[in-house]
Amino acid sequence: MPGDDGYQHDLLVIGGGGAGLRAAIAAAEESNRLSIAVLSKVYPMRSHTVSAEGGTAAVMRENDSLDTHAKDTIFGSDFLADQDVVEVFVKEAPGEVIQLEHWGCPWSRDPDGRVSVRPFGGMTVNRTLYAADKTGFHMLHALFQTSLKYEKITRYDEWFATSLLIEDGEVCGVTALNLHDGQMRPIVAKAVIMCTGGAGRIFPFTTNAAIKTGDGMALAYRAGVALKDMEFVQYHPTGLPGTGILITEAARGEGGHLKNKDGYRYLQDYGLGPPTDTPVHRKMELGPRDILSRCHIQEHQKGRTFEGPYGHYVHLDLRHLGEKLIDKNLPFVRELARNYVGIDPVHEPIPVRPVVHYMMGGISTDITGKTSLNGLYAAGEAACVSINGANRLGSNSLTELLVFGARAGRAAARHAQLASDERRRLDQRFLRADGREKIADIREEMQKALESGCGIYRDRATMEGTCQTLRKLRERFAHISLADKDAVFNTELIAALELECTLDVAETVARSALAREESRGSHTRTDFPKRDDAQFLRHSLAYRTPDGPRIEYLPVTITRWPPEERKY
Amino acid sequence: MTVPRVERPGLYYPKLPATWWLWNANYFRFMLRELSSVFIALFLVVFLVQLHRLPQGPGAYAAYLETLRAPGWIIFHVVALAFALYHSVTWFNLTGVVQVVRLGERQVPPRMVVAASFALWAVVSVVLLWFLLRG
Amino acid sequence: MTEETMTLEVTRYRPGHDREPRTESFTVPYRKDWVVLDALNHIKDRIDGTLSYRWSCRMGVCGSCGMMVNGVPKLTCAAFLRDYRPGPIRVGPLANFPVIRDLVIALDDFMEKLRRVKPWIIRAVEKPVADGEYLQTPAQLDAYKQFSMCINCMLCYAACPVYGLEPAFVGPAAIALAYRYNLDSRDEGYRLREPVLSEAVGVWECTFVGECSVVCPKGVDPAAAIQRSKLAGATDWLLSMIMPWGGRR
Repeated sequence: MPGDDGYQHDLLVIGGGGAGLRAAIAAAEESNRLSIAVLSKVYPMRSHTVSAEGGTAAVMRENDSLDTHAKDTIFGSDFLADQDVVEVFVKEAPGEVIQLEHWGCPWSRDPDGRVSVRPFGGMTVNRTLYAADKTGFHMLHALFQTSLKYEKITRYDEWFATSLLIEDGEVCGVTALNLHDGQMRPIVAKAVIMCTGGAGRIFPFTTNAAIKTGDGMALAYRAGVALKDMEFVQYHPTGLPGTGILITEAARGEGGHLKNKDGYRYLQDYGLGPPTDTPVHRKMELGPRDILSRCHIQEHQKGRTFEGPYGHYVHLDLRHLGEKLIDKNLPFVRELARNYVGIDPVHEPIPVRPVVHYMMGGISTDITGKTSLNGLYAAGEAACVSINGANRLGSNSLTELLVFGARAGRAAARHAQLASDERRRLDQRFLRADGREKIADIREEMQKALESGCGIYRDRATMEGTCQTLRKLRERFAHISLADKDAVFNTELIAALELECTLDVAETVARSALAREESRGSHTRTDFPKRDDAQFLRHSLAYRTPDGPRIEYLPVTITRWPPEERKY
Repeated sequence: MTVPRVERPGLYYPKLPATWWLWNANYFRFMLRELSSVFIALFLVVFLVQLHRLPQGPGAYAAYLETLRAPGWIIFHVVALAFALYHSVTWFNLTGVVQVVRLGERQVPPRMVVAASFALWAVVSVVLLWFLLRG
Repeated sequence: MTEETMTLEVTRYRPGHDREPRTESFTVPYRKDWVVLDALNHIKDRIDGTLSYRWSCRMGVCGSCGMMVNGVPKLTCAAFLRDYRPGPIRVGPLANFPVIRDLVIALDDFMEKLRRVKPWIIRAVEKPVADGEYLQTPAQLDAYKQFSMCINCMLCYAACPVYGLEPAFVGPAAIALAYRYNLDSRDEGYRLREPVLSEAVGVWECTFVGECSVVCPKGVDPAAAIQRSKLAGATDWLLSMIMPWGGRR
């Protein structure tokens, strides 16, 4: 809560997750005279970084090299990643994970006391640091607790940013709603960093928490900043059916097997073989996520998956790993399987299916985290720099939070050495008496439309249908009715604001997907099954217009790795 | 004395009722454990009076012992013994939690610490009883 | 065939309108894999949009959704309807905290205590990042690992009668976190945390009821952390009396 600074700061970070906290700390370290604020719609330790399980990639061992990490990342991105950015990313990663270790993160260790690394999907060498299987939890708590050290960091806990304040083409702060008293206030800052995460909640089944509604993406989009590569949505191959709860890729890194209903390790039929007893980098269960998700759907189309109350699924078999290893390296997986599907993975295989997990796309930024709008920066899943291109490798995202959170924090700090109208707008929009639409109805229809049009396999007709449905939902949204008209802790109002954000983001995903007439990485079209570098070795940029998103293109930066065929 | 809490308007501040320990078995057992101290303290007073009577001569001492043979006092002593035993058992059960014992780099399992504490208690009790009863 | 249902009796409180909380009954469908949180979401989405509560990850790691379920502090994302049949289920805000609205409690006190115990690595001299990590063996990691698992859900504060009677008590989670850093082989900040822990409202306020460890959903065992801190504090004091010149930790 604001103290001496009132509601004015030099730097304002929106979002208190891994990227946001890292940015705030980086800014505080850059200069101890800056007044820094972190604004978050939840208490920071609730941010979705907390759910990440698997690990954080960085070059740590002598048998590894920066070039290998870069090549793996670029290959995994289906060559849509900007290579100069990837080179910077892999270079700064090792320093960032060590810095986090110095700040108390309890990385798992080798017997000699050095931090351990484990294999992960799409990585040629073991380079994923981990803290058992709760890496994100430990990283977030280490960052949050460390941030408490800095007196110059003020926090606005449970404030919801509703719009960017812009004067003369420069961002000078935000208007934000304090959940506790329902008051809207302008918070002025010379630089704003968006670290609000992704938007998995535009789909019905997702590993994402309730709070992942793409708020920062929508704010930037409405201010005229492009959302880049929004059509690239990552399905994580192993989520629990029904809840969508994440079962970490580390379970496969430790040696877990994916089996269809005949008990067969089906990935070998899709060019990822041969099957081995212990995991081989980039093969079989350690293939990249987009390919594994597609394999699952194809198995289903062949009738070789199980059927359950929540649709089709396959088995993730950990039994051969033994209880000792599971309790040491995958204890959370065991707990989740027992609690939410009643399975003990030591004795039975876990039912899993692909679930929406991560958005490669986001607010378009340059290599320092700067957007096209002066004073506005972005980092983390909310941003698209891009290092993940068309498909992200597991364990690169947690590293991304650290590297780009720090870069954006430093850049914004350097840039910094800027509400009653908003409240009235909310009252007129949402607290009107003649509304007739329910939040939950519009939300569910949006999610259904996304799932049908922007799933793992896409085609023009279905995508056009999705785009039309989303336009109609926008119109229906204008007639939304709220039961809760109170000021104090009105979570229904917040849900309406979040729904508005998700509708914006959903439209950019659907339009970008419709416009990209090729298949690359996680974007697969049955009507355009091949990758088309000649036409589409470019990023999509979605700009807001009153009639929906306008799509433009930006070429990919290639430095030393000319695009080749992506075979594992 | 701690500074009284500042109460903000609009918030509801619940008060823990005085009967809080009645609605949960663990809370109830905790209060019994704490109550045992009262009985142990009373027993100590009775015992101190007994010691005080000793130098006053065999007559005064015998008279005191006679008083203690009344049924009320017997019941009191039985109850006090029961509470003392309850306190001791709960105390030893918790030693595993409180005292961490390390052998090299590994931690001794708490159950073993508890078992060792009970064993020590038994040994000391047997030795004491032997001294008291052989005379 | 009529669908099976369950009844939830939910605490409501509207600041400015209600002087104190009241209870409202809702009937929700019964699904065998639903948790109490699913039932609350159903109420909010379909029956009464004015119900306010916190939630996020629904997998027991963010700590948002702690509430009283039939008088016991629980994470509502891990409390299955099937364990409460036939019901009704009483759902209320976490005990011992001020209530902002409905099932939402004020966390400010805990956040302040969190900061007060200095939960970060404190060292006299920091190693440069370029020199690599501080070495820490798996055994050294195991020494504090359990106490680093706290998700700040505050079920322990709701279970602690001492906190209910004396709100100034630093409390289980905060003390467990201080203890976690004291045990970390990389930390040298024991002395700096000592004043907070050794106050009257620090570890000594605890009377080892032990209910905090019973309700903790992550097995942190804050009661153990507090008693061990007492032992460490008492030992320190004794040694300082006997050997005032002696080198302590």
